[in-house]
Amino acid sequence: MTPPHEPEDEGYRPRLIRSYTLTAGRTAAKVELAMEATLRLQAGAEAPVLSPSAAQVLEVCDRRSVAEVSALTKMPIGVTRVLLGDLIEQGLVRIQATINDSTSTDERLELIERTLRGLRNY
Amino acid sequence: MDFETTKAQRAAASTKIVIAGGFGVGKSTLVGAVSEIDPLRTEALVTNESEGVDDLAAVPTKATTTVAMDFGRLTLAEDLVLYLFGTPGQRRFWFMWDDLCRGAIGAIVLVDVARLDESFSPLDYFESKGIPFIVAVNEFDGVPRYPAEEIAAALALPADVPIISLDARDREQAKGALVKITEYALMRLRESLTVNAN
Repeated sequence: MTPPHEPEDEGYRPRLIRSYTLTAGRTAAKVELAMEATLRLQAGAEAPVLSPSAAQVLEVCDRRSVAEVSALTKMPIGVTRVLLGDLIEQGLVRIQATINDSTSTDERLELIERTLRGLRNY
Repeated sequence: MDFETTKAQRAAASTKIVIAGGFGVGKSTLVGAVSEIDPLRTEALVTNESEGVDDLAAVPTKATTTVAMDFGRLTLAEDLVLYLFGTPGQRRFWFMWDDLCRGAIGAIVLVDVARLDESFSPLDYFESKGIPFIVAVNEFDGVPRYPAEEIAAALALPADVPIISLDARDREQAKGALVKITEYALMRLRESLTVNAN
C-alpha cells in the first residue's frame, strides 16, 4: 500500500492555498483512494485529538465515498484524500474494496455481474 | 489492513460509471434522473498550467483554479453502491478524466445531434484508453431524429459500440442506459477471456 510518491512529500512546498494548511502542506495521501471508494469507521477505535478538519471528515465519512466526503465537507478532493489517508493510517477508518489495477478478472466479472443484477432491480 | 479479511470484505463495495459528453448536453440531468440523492459536487484544485491536480509544487505566481465534478449515487444492494460521475467538460481539464475513469465499469458518451463534433474528443479518449463505452443520443424536444446508423457513421464509431437514444430526464431511460453500458462492459470482458483462452 506504500504509494510511490511519498518521498516527494518531505520537501518544502509553498502553501499557496489555504486548504492545504489543513494538511500541513501535504498534497498526496498515504494510501490510494479512488473517488468512489467507501469508508467505514473502525469499530472500537479510540479517536485521539484531531484537527477540526480531520474531525469533520471523521464525522461524515462512515459508509460514504471519498467524493461524498469531499462534497459534504466542502474540501477539495485532494485535501480530503490526505486527511482520510491520515485517519486510515491512525486505524480510525478503513477503506472498502473497489476495482483497481490489481483486481483479478474474476473479481471484475463478479462486480460487473452484481452491478447488472442491481441495476435491473433498481 | 485487516488480517482476518473475509471474502465479503474483499468484494468491491462500490463502483462507478462515467458520464461524458459536451457542455450542456445533459450529463447532470441524466445523473439527477437516476440518483437516489440530489447530485453532489466535488472540486479539485488545478494550477493554471493544468499540469496536475492539486500540484502545489509550483512557483508562487502560478494561479490556481478549481474544476468541479457532479456525481450521483445508486444503492444497488446492501453491499454495493454505484456512483455516477459527470466529466468536467472543458478540454483543459482532461487530466482529471484519468482519476475519474480509473476502475470504472465503463462510460456513457451523451451526444447532442446538433453538436456532434463535441463528442469526438470524449470518444477518442475512451477508445484510446480501452474503456468500454456506449453512445447515448439525448433527444431534446423538437430535435430531428436520425437513424442510429447515420449517427454512428457520422461519429465514425467502431461497429460493436452500442448506440441508443434517450431522454436524459427520464429515470427509466437513464437507467436503461446504465444497464446497457454494464451489459456491454460484461460482454467485452467475457470476450477478452475467450481470446486469451485461445
